[in-house]
Amino acid sequence: MTEQQIVDLIDSSLAEEFELDRAAMQPEANIYEDLGLDSLDMVDMVIVLEGAFKFKIREEDAIREIRTLGDIHRFVTGKLQGAGALD
Amino acid sequence: MRTLRRVVITGLGAVSPFGRGVTALMEGLWAGRSAVCQVAELERIGGLRSRVAALVRDVDPKEIPRKDRRSMSAMSIYATLASREALAGAGLGATELGSGRLGVVIGSTVGSTRATEDFFRDFFTDSSLERMKSTLFFQIMNHSCAANVTQALGITGRLLAPSAACSSGCQAVGYGFEQVAMGRQDFMLCGGADEFHPLTAATFDVMTAASIGFNDAPQLTPRPFDRRRDGVVCGEGAGILLLEALDSALTRGAAILGEVVGFATVSDPSNIANPNAAAMERCMRETLADAELAPEEIDYINAHATATTQGDVAEAEAIAAIFGDQVPVSSLKGHLGHTMAASGALELLAGIEMLRRQRLVPTRNLDEIDPACAGIRHVRGVEERPLRALLKNNFALGGVNSSLVVRRYPHD
Repeated sequence: MTEQQIVDLIDSSLAEEFELDRAAMQPEANIYEDLGLDSLDMVDMVIVLEGAFKFKIREEDAIREIRTLGDIHRFVTGKLQGAGALD
Repeated sequence: MRTLRRVVITGLGAVSPFGRGVTALMEGLWAGRSAVCQVAELERIGGLRSRVAALVRDVDPKEIPRKDRRSMSAMSIYATLASREALAGAGLGATELGSGRLGVVIGSTVGSTRATEDFFRDFFTDSSLERMKSTLFFQIMNHSCAANVTQALGITGRLLAPSAACSSGCQAVGYGFEQVAMGRQDFMLCGGADEFHPLTAATFDVMTAASIGFNDAPQLTPRPFDRRRDGVVCGEGAGILLLEALDSALTRGAAILGEVVGFATVSDPSNIANPNAAAMERCMRETLADAELAPEEIDYINAHATATTQGDVAEAEAIAAIFGDQVPVSSLKGHLGHTMAASGALELLAGIEMLRRQRLVPTRNLDEIDPACAGIRHVRGVEERPLRALLKNNFALGGVNSSLVVRRYPHD
């Protein structure tokens, strides 16, 4: 996958799951304050991302540091990069 | 001893197989329509002989914001929409909802079977919990409807969730009545909700209590009190009543739709499944005593009558033992099917509309009265007549009987 494909898949998956306005899904958007997600949503976000990218991230400490949509993009990209799944 | 307060009804809400709202429900009932249809999904279930149900259509769950909806299955969505209607009709808003003076008592037969099925279907593929959503539990817990309504509407008072199968909705109104009468709450949103699942139909089918003989003519079943009746047709929906202390309603200048004056619920330990006329009679007599009304002061009985072979006979015998053949009786199951936990509240609020209109809805599909059910006065067509008080019955698997009496307000 290319980085753009990863970003697109993240955004489309989260938009569908959480019924988000795509226009609001900017990399700098705070997932709590700007996108309106909460702690329950964060649990489900992990499941959605695991399903979309076929990896396991639930136990990763870095997830707890995520604040913005861009953080999610970088986290997932880094994870796939480490696994050698990035083009 | 604390003086009991009078309790009136100031709001009604419905999601029924006839659609959204009390108006749609009553239009379907006045027109004598059937909401029963063939359900293709049932053909794929091995061993299930019933192919018909009364389903809710035209409800858009997205009317409810995602954060409230994510913990809801269909039954909570129905309950929330019906609660909104009842509150709007009563003229209550955020101030009362968040005052602690308003509570909720909404029951369902079980938590969402659909959500449970979806989870276990996935779970059994590899016995993994890794795909379990955080909101699953909130859809399958027994107080799912009541909890979701309080969350979605910002209600801060008491929360009760009776689970007594087909008596749940009737019990909920009764328990709400007692909360307000005792002065524990000034308002109670009361009722029941359920969603259809093939297992619900199967529950009755395995006990040979589901209708299986009209799969090709769904509008001819169920047939309460009729000679050709062959069992229950499952339905779904939500019925909600807003109960309020009379003093509160008068102070607010609220429109009063009726007064709850009697409630009783009794256990029938004779058999967990079989109906028992003596236990039904005991329940109705206790309700009349609670209402301080004589049998001749009841002008209409809205029967539980689900069209099972045994249940309809037992109820007819119990009614006849108290009321003889003078008080008009009808069942709404022929129109709506059996909406399970919703049935008590949905049928009661339809009865309240009948009191207000002074007009009775007959039993649909009652073409030839079963001689075993002939000891009571059946309503065979729409009747205009003076109506001051009604009695509502619900009798549930598990041996749970419940009845309510509602009077017009003002009366006398």
